[in-house]
Amino acid sequence: MTEPILYRPEAVEDALDQMAENIAVSESEVCLVGIHSGGADVADAIQKRLEQKGVSVMRGNLDISFYRDDLDTIAPHPLVRRSELPFDVAGKSIWLVDDVLYSGRTIRAAMDEIFDYGRPASIRLAVLVDRGGRQLPIAAECVGFSHEAPADCNVELVTEGQWLIEQRQVKSCDH
Amino acid sequence: MRPLKHLFGIADLDREQIEYLVNLGDSFIDINRRPLKKAPTLRGKTVINLFFENSTRTRTSFELAGKRLSADVINISASTSATKKGETLLDTGQTLAAMQPHVLVIRHSLAGTCEFLAEHLENTGIVNAGDGAHEHPTQILTDLLTLKQTWGSPEGKVITMVGDIAHSRVARSHLLAAKKLGYTMRIVAPKTLLPSQIERYGCEVYHDFDAALPGSDAVYMLRVQTERLTDNCAFPSLREYHEAYGLNAKRMRAAGSDCIVMHPGPMNRGVEIATDVADSAKSHILDQVEHGVAVRMAVLAALCGGQAEEKKPANRKQLSDEAMQAQRTLL
Repeated sequence: MTEPILYRPEAVEDALDQMAENIAVSESEVCLVGIHSGGADVADAIQKRLEQKGVSVMRGNLDISFYRDDLDTIAPHPLVRRSELPFDVAGKSIWLVDDVLYSGRTIRAAMDEIFDYGRPASIRLAVLVDRGGRQLPIAAECVGFSHEAPADCNVELVTEGQWLIEQRQVKSCDH
Repeated sequence: MRPLKHLFGIADLDREQIEYLVNLGDSFIDINRRPLKKAPTLRGKTVINLFFENSTRTRTSFELAGKRLSADVINISASTSATKKGETLLDTGQTLAAMQPHVLVIRHSLAGTCEFLAEHLENTGIVNAGDGAHEHPTQILTDLLTLKQTWGSPEGKVITMVGDIAHSRVARSHLLAAKKLGYTMRIVAPKTLLPSQIERYGCEVYHDFDAALPGSDAVYMLRVQTERLTDNCAFPSLREYHEAYGLNAKRMRAAGSDCIVMHPGPMNRGVEIATDVADSAKSHILDQVEHGVAVRMAVLAALCGGQAEEKKPANRKQLSDEAMQAQRTLL
């Protein structure tokens, strides 16, 4: 069994600082939309950093359970949270935020859902970890860590206590 | 959690399943309030609403629920169906099932219709939208979502239900749900509108409405189903019924300031409920209607979820080798 910790708390903090830095230069008012649940935590962390820089932030969260493409193989998740976009997305430049970017299917679903709220001017993607393994033509514009993880591994953001990123081998690969 | 293949009634659900459907319904409320009221969850699924009894709100609610989740929804009512031409229930069911819908939503005047059809139809999820005086599970899930929004949880609360209990599938389903979720049902009706041995459900039974009001957290009025009361003398007149069992402002004051009003609709204003009460701030009747769509979305999504795993191979004749070859050539 190899060490599960991929990135330690200090590195995660630095990466979040850098992400906030990159997002801040883009505009004076930022729309951050987090994907439940890890993406919402990352969006909260970036929001805090942006507001410390004096950048005003509009925040929303999405639960993409109803937009997944695998209802036939899994029942709807019992803990579905409400999607909340408390601003009009029409004409906005939106930063979509997630913790780990893998196949790209979650991001596709999230974009579908945003378009059901209205027509944004643009959507960009910010992720804390890009673990490779894409199955769709989706790329993040703002990335905390780039790390090519083996297909039989889970990469996960742990937010209990100090934040860190773990990589664990799983028996069967299910995604 | 046990997966849901059909929804026949509250009797078949355990607490975990009930709470799952209510919570899932809660998360669907938002979609119904967006400018663009559609999610792709049930894209490519077919839902058939098969209604042998008249219904506007339940049918519309199921239709909207399916359409807002991108399912293809077809409505069939008894007046236009082949039943009029002498087709049996089973033949109608098998004919529709042969067209490969994912879900059949059925309302029928006979108790047990859904179970009967489910025994004979493979690969089709069946939802009971009301069967005789038996059960109406989606109405109860709707009410539970309304109560969740109002109180957080119905546990420990007292719901006073008034009216034609004997003919009410809503009453029966609520009595079953109350036991599973830990709330108290207080039943109020004249003896002529109560089924015998109702107390075996573990509910409180009153004949005097005024005596039942103190301590009620919700007053749930049932419609006087005049169409089912034609040949017996359950009560002398609608006016007298309103006097004894109608909900008016005076009775609402007696129930206390936190007591809410519910009704599954359609209402008879001036009979079981006075207009000022129906339109008051304490009335959650229109919330129930709104939550009904969300809960039915949850039921359809839950029944369609995971279908690929358990779907049995269709019991059909295999295409002959020549036919297969012909198809390949065409492709």
